[in-house]
Amino acid sequence: MPRRAGTGAGPPRAGSGAGPGIERVFREEYGRAVAVLARVFGDIDVAEDAVQEAFTAAVQRWPHAGVPPSPAGWIITTARNRAIDRLRKEASREDRHAQAALLHAADAPAEEGPVRDDRLRLIFTCCHPALAVATQVALTLRLLGGLTTTEIARAFLVPEPTMAQRLVRAKGKIRDAGIPYRVPHEADLPERLKAVLAVVYLIFNEGYTASSGDQLIRPELCQEAIRLGRLLAGLMPDEPEVTGLLALMLLIDSRRDARTAPGGGLVPLAEQDRGLWDRDRIAEGQSLVRACLRRNQPGPYQIQAAINAVHSDAPTAAATGWPQILRLYDQLMAHTPSPVVALHRAVAVAEVQGPAEALRLTGELDLGSYYLFHAIRADLLRRLGRPGEADQAYRAAIAATQNAAECDFLERRRRSLGAAES
Amino acid sequence: MKQYLLSMYQPQGDPPPPEILQPIMQKLGVIRQELQDVGAWVFGDGLCSPDTATVLRSQGGEVLVIDGPFTEGKEYLGGFMIIKVPDLDAALDWGRRYAETTGLPMEVRPFQSEAPD
Repeated sequence: MPRRAGTGAGPPRAGSGAGPGIERVFREEYGRAVAVLARVFGDIDVAEDAVQEAFTAAVQRWPHAGVPPSPAGWIITTARNRAIDRLRKEASREDRHAQAALLHAADAPAEEGPVRDDRLRLIFTCCHPALAVATQVALTLRLLGGLTTTEIARAFLVPEPTMAQRLVRAKGKIRDAGIPYRVPHEADLPERLKAVLAVVYLIFNEGYTASSGDQLIRPELCQEAIRLGRLLAGLMPDEPEVTGLLALMLLIDSRRDARTAPGGGLVPLAEQDRGLWDRDRIAEGQSLVRACLRRNQPGPYQIQAAINAVHSDAPTAAATGWPQILRLYDQLMAHTPSPVVALHRAVAVAEVQGPAEALRLTGELDLGSYYLFHAIRADLLRRLGRPGEADQAYRAAIAATQNAAECDFLERRRRSLGAAES
Repeated sequence: MKQYLLSMYQPQGDPPPPEILQPIMQKLGVIRQELQDVGAWVFGDGLCSPDTATVLRSQGGEVLVIDGPFTEGKEYLGGFMIIKVPDLDAALDWGRRYAETTGLPMEVRPFQSEAPD
């Protein structure tokens, strides 16, 4: 049976005079509209096509008729009506798929419905454990973020046909395998929520330290992750880890402008111009951290946010409250013991107890393929006056990263060792 | 209701001794009874070993009869169940119980058609 493969097109290219209004509405309302329509028709492809069609209609209509009072409501109603018209035609040609979608729509409540729950359902569907993590990320960006296939492909440096294929396959699996469109039951919620938060944080991290390519930071991915984080925090105000993740992303992102030198090179935290930090982001992040702490249900995202809040508090690198950071890392290790957490804890140990103890701790970690492991050891060895070993560690770190700005930074560090020696 | 095939993959070699196999078989019987009680059981059974298989292959207008399994591998299809449940989450929950009980990998795959209710 031939299937429409969700077009994955972006905001309809407005001709003359459609203005930026439609593109803004597209970015803000695409996810909401797809979520509602997916519930109504029980099918993501039908929902995407319908929403796309409604935006195309908006491009034709809004420039002269004006933007309606409730743009989202207009899009959803138009999408629903046009989809029903088209499905009726297809259903009369014995298209079982169209018949099923129509039946589904007949059972669904006619009003816009609880939009809140629709987007939550869609997030949990996109992040279902039966889908590979890379697929969860792509689907979330596509369906909730309204990013085009081209944009997602570019962000992850994947050829566009590959990304298009991945999305088509994922939507096919959701439909054919019967991945349910609902918020998980209470018993499964903690595990499933963890997967959702992991996807959002993965999007943020890919934006913050692009795992490959020439650019250190892809701000559009960070923005998108924060937008998703805000959405989740609004939908699940009683989950402190959701708030914790939002706070964590805001606090890390506050340092974005200070993190790259004018030439695009990486500037480490200790050397950043703190005047470039985004005070609004810091204020928002810190107030969210305080709100979390009051609930007293700590989790890994909240603790990491608290660590970043301590950094944000310090007017200079030297004034950083390292003992407090170390205590928070101890807490994080108790919650989620992992070699990567232990590595970051070692950095705090170096400040509180000295680099020798920190180096001893990193020696126990099996992280040989992780560039940061070598980079941190290189720095500790340098501080301990062991330039030969530091040089080797920098070389290992350079070999383990594909990000050009990171490579460049590590190479400069390595060379400055040589300068000190000679 | 959707229908799912739960396939159980077994390693080549002798089955475990009876003292290990017996309690597993008993637990499998319990799961089957539960599936039947909730009306989700369609069919299921264990298969004889792959060397009992025969392959028929259409070639140049005639059908060849070949002694042996379709593919030789380290793992083979040891048995399967067909269940009818509302969605993948429900199918995965049953599959998880089979995997826990047998210690074997389970593949969960949807059928194209819905089950008659």
